[in-house]
Amino acid sequence: MTIKFWLNGKQIEDIIPDDILLLDYVRTKGCYSVKRGCETANCGLCTVLVEGKPVLSCSTLAARVNGKHVTTLEGLQKEAEEFGAFLADQGAEQCGFCNPGFIMNVLAMMKELNDPTEEEIREYLAGNLCRCSGFVGQERAIQAYLAKKKEEVSE
Amino acid sequence: MFHAKNYVLAQNLEEAWQLNQKKTNKILGGMAWMKMGKQNYQTVIDLSALHLDQIEENEDAFSIGCMVSLHDLETNQQLNEYFQGALKECVRHIVGVQFRNCATVGGSIYGRFGFSDVLTCFMALDAKVELYKGGIVSISDFASMPYDNDILVRIILPKKGKRISYQSMRNTATDFPVLAVALSFDEQEGWLISVGARPGKAVVLCWQEGTSSELSEVQIDNMTAYVLENISFGSNMRAKKEYRQHLCKVLIKRAVKEILK
Amino acid sequence: MKFVNTPVRKKDAMALVTGKPVYTDDLAPADCLIVKVLRSPHAHAWIKEINTDIAKKIPGIECIFTWKDVPKKRFTMAGQTYPEPSPYDRLILDQRVRYVGDPVAIVAGENDACVDRALKMIKVTYEVLEPVLDFHTAKDNPILVHPEEDWHALCDVGADNKRNLCACGKDEQGDVDAILNECDYVIDQTYHTKANQQAMMETFRAFSYKDVYGRLNMVASTQITFHIRRILSHALDIPKSKIRVVKPRIGGGFGAKQTSLAEVYPAFVTWKTGKPAKMIFTREESQIASTPRHEMEVHVRLGADKSGRIRAIDVHTLSNTGAYGEHGPTTVGLSGHKSIPLYSRVDAFRFTYDVVYTNVMSAGAYRGYGATQGIFAVESAVNELAAKLGIDPVKIREMNMTKEGDLMPAYYGETANSCHLEGCLSQAKKLFGWDDKFPVKDMGNGKMRGVGMALAMQGSSISNVDTASVSIKVNDDGFYSLMIGASDMGTGCDTILAQMVADCMECDLDNIAVYGVDTDVSPYDSGSYASSTTYLTGMAVVKTCESLRKRIMKEGAKLLKCDPEQVDFDGKKVYCLSDPSVFVSLKDLANEAMCANDNALFATESHYSPVSPPPFMVGMAEVEVDMETGKVELIDYVAVVDCGTVVNPNLARVQTEGGLVQGIGMTLYEDVVYSKNGKDYSNSFMQYKLPTRMDIGKIRVEFDSSYEPTGPFGAKSIGEIVINTPAPAIADAIYHATGKRFRSLPITPERIIMEDGK
Repeated sequence: MTIKFWLNGKQIEDIIPDDILLLDYVRTKGCYSVKRGCETANCGLCTVLVEGKPVLSCSTLAARVNGKHVTTLEGLQKEAEEFGAFLADQGAEQCGFCNPGFIMNVLAMMKELNDPTEEEIREYLAGNLCRCSGFVGQERAIQAYLAKKKEEVSE
Repeated sequence: MFHAKNYVLAQNLEEAWQLNQKKTNKILGGMAWMKMGKQNYQTVIDLSALHLDQIEENEDAFSIGCMVSLHDLETNQQLNEYFQGALKECVRHIVGVQFRNCATVGGSIYGRFGFSDVLTCFMALDAKVELYKGGIVSISDFASMPYDNDILVRIILPKKGKRISYQSMRNTATDFPVLAVALSFDEQEGWLISVGARPGKAVVLCWQEGTSSELSEVQIDNMTAYVLENISFGSNMRAKKEYRQHLCKVLIKRAVKEILK
Repeated sequence: MKFVNTPVRKKDAMALVTGKPVYTDDLAPADCLIVKVLRSPHAHAWIKEINTDIAKKIPGIECIFTWKDVPKKRFTMAGQTYPEPSPYDRLILDQRVRYVGDPVAIVAGENDACVDRALKMIKVTYEVLEPVLDFHTAKDNPILVHPEEDWHALCDVGADNKRNLCACGKDEQGDVDAILNECDYVIDQTYHTKANQQAMMETFRAFSYKDVYGRLNMVASTQITFHIRRILSHALDIPKSKIRVVKPRIGGGFGAKQTSLAEVYPAFVTWKTGKPAKMIFTREESQIASTPRHEMEVHVRLGADKSGRIRAIDVHTLSNTGAYGEHGPTTVGLSGHKSIPLYSRVDAFRFTYDVVYTNVMSAGAYRGYGATQGIFAVESAVNELAAKLGIDPVKIREMNMTKEGDLMPAYYGETANSCHLEGCLSQAKKLFGWDDKFPVKDMGNGKMRGVGMALAMQGSSISNVDTASVSIKVNDDGFYSLMIGASDMGTGCDTILAQMVADCMECDLDNIAVYGVDTDVSPYDSGSYASSTTYLTGMAVVKTCESLRKRIMKEGAKLLKCDPEQVDFDGKKVYCLSDPSVFVSLKDLANEAMCANDNALFATESHYSPVSPPPFMVGMAEVEVDMETGKVELIDYVAVVDCGTVVNPNLARVQTEGGLVQGIGMTLYEDVVYSKNGKDYSNSFMQYKLPTRMDIGKIRVEFDSSYEPTGPFGAKSIGEIVINTPAPAIADAIYHATGKRFRSLPITPERIIMEDGK
């Protein structure tokens, strides 16, 4: 079937298998940041934004994004660098394999939640598993990032 | 992952229904569950274009389209204000935000899964299921109907002024519940006690003693005894039957106490 | 500027956080054949017939191999130094299948779809055999997991395939039975830890292709790049000279990738077809056909006098290696050798063990490597002793634990030359507020808060075995290339080793390019396991830098036309000691060395260690138990670690936090559950529950560093020890909250309510 959609701001028209998953499809388009960590929708590694909302690309048919805007970390390099620097300053990126999906969801959280509490942050990001960091360093990075964002706003 | 030869974005319910009459075709929900299957389908049918992703409120009820996501259910202010946050409470534990942005209310209810938090909660709210051909049926009737080729269009939550509490126990924060209990009360219908993840699918019982401002310890004990007598429990990887029976008592008590507050 | 002991960013950090394509599957050629294996549905069976004719005809299928097609030489997939202690008990495909998930056929084709179809079309007739599923009954069971005559063990590890024994052994000093008889108090209990999955986010994967010289090139997500070369050579029965193995970025390992899981299948396909091939394990395969922690049952007898002085420890471990013996003979050793020496002042100890074959998936290496299991047992027994005597668990440790300078008879007779266990304990006690919290607090709302603690140790590399080599060369303008054979698996060894180079060579971190690991190019390293990289490869860095400095000074002296003894190097220039204004800059020196030069500005050194200095740590847990549901909430976890000099405080801290959370998972949530027929039910992240960020509570980590004289800059290891304290500490915290003892894992809410905990 044919789909026409926006991938990281660029319009794409393509012929795709009807049952290809968005995860597999965007990888064929060079979006290698999108990873598969499970088959049961539990890990969050494949998180992308569809119309700005974080979704699991492992559970989304590519056919379903016809006419929509899809964003992967490749399309948010500036934001990834900005937040990623805070992760890197904690050493919490570790193996890095879960990072793209995690960062996508952090960026989605920043849009959806205003001044979230520690508990709200944990709850929003609960679907992003990480086996290296024990999550604690990720949370230090988020707190530092939020503090900087607040500072920017007050300046 | 399943395989499908064709994907069809249905233009109207009739088209979707016609397609769905073929055994090898299948309606897509949010795919969170369906994608774990390995079936070969001829055609998968998408209802995304039918504006069924809306939550609407009128004087008598909320109407929740089958394509409403669990995250929409969680964040909808009117719904949660009316039902004292119970809908948020019943879905917020489910895997993660990305998952709940995919999973749909229609998929959760149509699947009639044993572990379904949404089914458990809706049962205590005396929800109605609107089927394209079958019309409106009560959710507990729907839960016991065989899987057929009709289409679940929307869920209707009547506004009966129910007080409700949703309680669940999970081994990890985002796991399926080991047991889920939803308890509601209104003056006309009295108490509705819905128990899910038994591990079988949720069932609901009525109980007529007491009120939401008054229920004695003895009455609570009677209520739990009645529930334990009339609902069966089983064992699976997450827990054994006996522990579920124990939990059922605990969660009912907690739900009652929350409502009595 | 010094870099050691500073929290510098990992050199690869920004590439990782921006999602660059640096992992195995991102790098695989687009035209790779897709390789999958058909897996046995039976725990134990004999393949009577296997017919692949129809499957082979499916369009897109390149080849299908069965047991008939593979070399008949047994090998082990364990990533260990040759001769491996793990028995040679595997073939690529065998006529006997030994667990549900054991490979039966290899299928390679153009895409997933045709391979999936072909897998369904292979017709196998099995003679289903009775399996050995209970590891208590495995030893001397008439049913043998490995009856084959060509099974063999290269090392004397007490293995006997005709008794289902993968290993057995004994180590003792003094008369344990006599001392135990004299003791006023004896704790005599058995502790059981189950298999656990490492569950790194990137599953097992590898791809292979033939290069311009006709050699087999393998790119693999592995911790043991050099061992993979040998394993492939043994499995495929081809010369090692025909194989090159490269490691890209790895998405986590934790020991799982210390065994070769995926590599042999695509390698065999490429070798046979000449075509590139890749295999990506599904999560399900990574759960059911992988290399989890050895299930162990550890029987402890611990004797003490009235005052609480521990006088004797007797440990017997029964370890379940599953269908194959990878890491079986070695993991078990740590269950005694890294638990008993926490109390090296005992009058006598004994450690005996059996490792048995059964028909479940093969176990392997998982962070902690047997120490985790042994420490759960011994530390739980010490906690039980404290309770029996009515002594504070902290106090009983203060009385008995190993202190700096102590000889550790149960630790191969080594001396604790660097040990701040005492400091760790007092710091943890203060930070945690132990005295205020011990033992329990009734919260008045149906919830009880209890506290518990444990000590831990590990090693730093395998003494007299592990070998690390490092090469450094000086390039144009004087920047360095650091070539290592140790595999950075995300923990940051590329950066940590570069930090050491920067200090040794007195240069900036950016002046060092790190390259690893390519078996054709990198100097030999046994690999990233056994807590060896910082300690052992780090020391190889120090030695290599010393050599390189000498060569730089020799070259400088030549240019300055003076005696090499008369110059020094300060990182930027070589100068005359007698007149520092006479100098040549490193930049000029390096560029000069590229013209008419016969002194290679290159150094390579190897290192091994005759000792394996243990890091030590203390963990303290506070839990809140809902007495009605049994739900355990972790309130606070404090860990204080002595890993010697902390080379990179950020990375050491995150290692600790990550290890603690894995330990918490093992204690409370993670469970590998088998059906009565040996099918693994814990086959996904839906059924095998890793802790999420909602499940872990507050975690606080501090360091109290001793100085290890044999380590680089005084450093020891940290990678493994960090997983060892949560199980015994949390179990004792639950005991204090509920009055119930749990001697097996995981401790679920259901067990807290339903078991009597006696």
